[in-house]
Amino acid sequence: MAGGHEAIGNPAAPLDAAGESVWSGGASPYAVPSKKFGMWLFIVSDSITFSSLIIAYSYVRLASPHWPRPFEFWPSIVNATVMTLVLLTSSLTMVLAVHAAKHGDRNRVVRWMLLTGLGGVIFDVLHIHEWIGLIEHGVRLFKNPWGAPLFGAAFFTLTGLHMTHVTIGVVYLTVVAIGFKRGKYTSDDVEVSGLYWHFVDLVWMFLFPLIYLLSAKTA
Amino acid sequence: MAELEAAVHHHEAPKGFIRRYVFSTDHKVIGKQYYFLALFAVVIGMFLSWLMRMHLGYPNYKIPGLDLMSPTGAPGNVMTPEYYLSLMTMHGTIMIFFVLTTAPQSGFGNFFLPLQIGAEDMAFPRLNMLSFWVTFVALMVLLATFFIADGPPISGWTAYPPLSSIGSVAGPGEGLGQTLWVVSIALFCVGALLSAINFIATTLDLRTRGMNLMRMPLTCWAWLVTAIVGLLSFAVLFAAGVLLLLDRLGGTSFFTPAQLKVSGVVLQHAGGSPLLWQHLFWFFGHPEVYIAILPGMGITSHILSTFSRKPVFGYRAMVYALGAIGILGFMVWGHHMFVSGMSPYSAFYFSILTMAIGVPSAIKTFNWLGTMWGGKLRLTSAMLFAIGFVSMFVTGGLSGLFLAQPPLDAYLHGTYFVVAHFHMVMGVAAIFAMFAGTYFWFPKMFGRMMDETLGKIHFVGSFVGAYLIFMPMHYIGIAGNVRRQSEFIDNFMQPLLPIHRFITIAALATGAVQLIFLFNLFWSMFKGKKAELNPWEATSLEWTTPTPVPYDNFNGRLPVVHHGPYEYNVPGAAKDYIMQNSTEVVAAEAAG
Repeated sequence: MAGGHEAIGNPAAPLDAAGESVWSGGASPYAVPSKKFGMWLFIVSDSITFSSLIIAYSYVRLASPHWPRPFEFWPSIVNATVMTLVLLTSSLTMVLAVHAAKHGDRNRVVRWMLLTGLGGVIFDVLHIHEWIGLIEHGVRLFKNPWGAPLFGAAFFTLTGLHMTHVTIGVVYLTVVAIGFKRGKYTSDDVEVSGLYWHFVDLVWMFLFPLIYLLSAKTA
Repeated sequence: MAELEAAVHHHEAPKGFIRRYVFSTDHKVIGKQYYFLALFAVVIGMFLSWLMRMHLGYPNYKIPGLDLMSPTGAPGNVMTPEYYLSLMTMHGTIMIFFVLTTAPQSGFGNFFLPLQIGAEDMAFPRLNMLSFWVTFVALMVLLATFFIADGPPISGWTAYPPLSSIGSVAGPGEGLGQTLWVVSIALFCVGALLSAINFIATTLDLRTRGMNLMRMPLTCWAWLVTAIVGLLSFAVLFAAGVLLLLDRLGGTSFFTPAQLKVSGVVLQHAGGSPLLWQHLFWFFGHPEVYIAILPGMGITSHILSTFSRKPVFGYRAMVYALGAIGILGFMVWGHHMFVSGMSPYSAFYFSILTMAIGVPSAIKTFNWLGTMWGGKLRLTSAMLFAIGFVSMFVTGGLSGLFLAQPPLDAYLHGTYFVVAHFHMVMGVAAIFAMFAGTYFWFPKMFGRMMDETLGKIHFVGSFVGAYLIFMPMHYIGIAGNVRRQSEFIDNFMQPLLPIHRFITIAALATGAVQLIFLFNLFWSMFKGKKAELNPWEATSLEWTTPTPVPYDNFNGRLPVVHHGPYEYNVPGAAKDYIMQNSTEVVAAEAAG
């Protein structure tokens, strides 16, 4: 029977040795900085918010008898395709920015990140241009010229929330790029901002088929 | 080789009152801020319930000064049916969001999670500060509805459309009042989501050396599961809130059907579905009740073990049961919608899964009893409230098995039976856990002891009072007494009025008993007996730090953990408990 104080010096070594792993405390089990893990958690939560909206859109679409399919190949689908390509390209430039950050190449990081942000801006401009066109056609949150009034509500809500994410992303990337250039942020911060950007990109990969292709005008 | 402590960088507290106590990033200050926010909210919520109970028991009684709260809602000091609904909405919203969701998780969790896992602070201190202040603004926005001409909304804490989606034509409080309500809840979601991210990252990343997952106190497990449930469910409520706000302000019709005629006006909305809101809301709303109760389960397990001087019976089973409840909680939202016209096949699915939640709940209850069985019980105030939690949880939970059956629910859904059910299992039980936590952790939070005699009086009054209030509600519910109505004087419910009077008197008396708690709390903060370092002879890490706790918790060193969380009465040990960071090796462990 080991008494209390004699044990000090070689105390609980057998306990600690058994099953010592990254989960035993004193280490981050995913071997990532907490910031990055936190961003992943945010992405989980935000993807559920988008899922809820997509489910709501599916629900009202299925429950509406005359859901419009107004998007002509030219210009609507082409425009949305170009937007998709721009966003995909910006994800590529983001990857290059993260790669440069890992190698400590500050100038390249800034260049690639600003290019990524530029992709976001072009996406926004094309999107707003499209919005204005639709509004001029009489599409509103509560009515449209073609059928089920919820078409406009679903379209503007989903794309609007996504556009908000893109816009926030552009600001976020710019701040991180400048901060990294000045040495305030590390390559990890660049990577975390990249996670956000790829997520926003991924959301669009769901919105593009669900909103545009499913509502494309067929002959 | 084992170490006593791991040296880390020592941090000094920031200078200046504002940075230290108002916009603080210290998890202990933020925990207290959340605690007092919830305390402030619970006082308001209880006051509102008093007003409602007085009106229910004595419909013509003039409550002095009530017309000061709302001249239109209470002309001549008697509340209108609409104002009753306003008070009911605010009572439910304040209690569920700003009390039950806030105190056990964000209050105690913020203060004690880093201490119990041996961390210096939460993973994201600034995000933590932001979570609190967003929650604070959310409460202020909600309370602002009392001070606008429109008044608070009348649509209940569930805010069912179309009542909540069509604007002021639906009734008092449905104009600006309901809009503020939606904004408040959306803000609350943001605060809760940020907080959940923080809790999960902290629990997984910041455990000190030796604190593996199965050495965490059950409180930490409960906070972790609650945070995960919160992360996945508040995101849905946020989306639903955005859509509701668009319906109200943007003219969309997500939740509003066509050809709705209200107050003689045919509304312009078209194409939406009120059921969509119910699905989205309850997909959040059912997990939400576990967000309210799971931290209480953790606190109860922790306290029962400490004051029974025994390990938690079936620690692993407790962890798995927490997880099972968390997962099943996402699969049963439809049982809130049995009377919405859902398909019997769907109802069958939801019914079976709802009853399945009884299994992990029963495992927990069994293990609480097993923990106490044969223990050397120390009946402190904290212990009494923990036992009270088990009692309330069982009593309230059993009626849940009735309500889980669609045919029974069809009859009971709109009655006081449901009111009694959720108040006992979620409201009173969670409040009892908060009381237990307060009596238990007060010495660590404020450096003094609360008065035990007052605490025991408080317990007896609350325990007896809770049963006197809510048991009769089951009976009047079975008798067909509908809920959400302000008075029952002119119809078949007339014979139940004496029971309502009884409940009202019990509610006022039980409310008065809570004043003893408030007195004890504030008196002990300044005049209580100085607390010892480890007054309850507990094992977890929060009792290893000095009181008041240093800014960086462990004075620049992190403890190293060698023991499980509940090593009480270990054969061969020097004392009847072994602290988690103790380097003592006992025969049984050395052999194993």
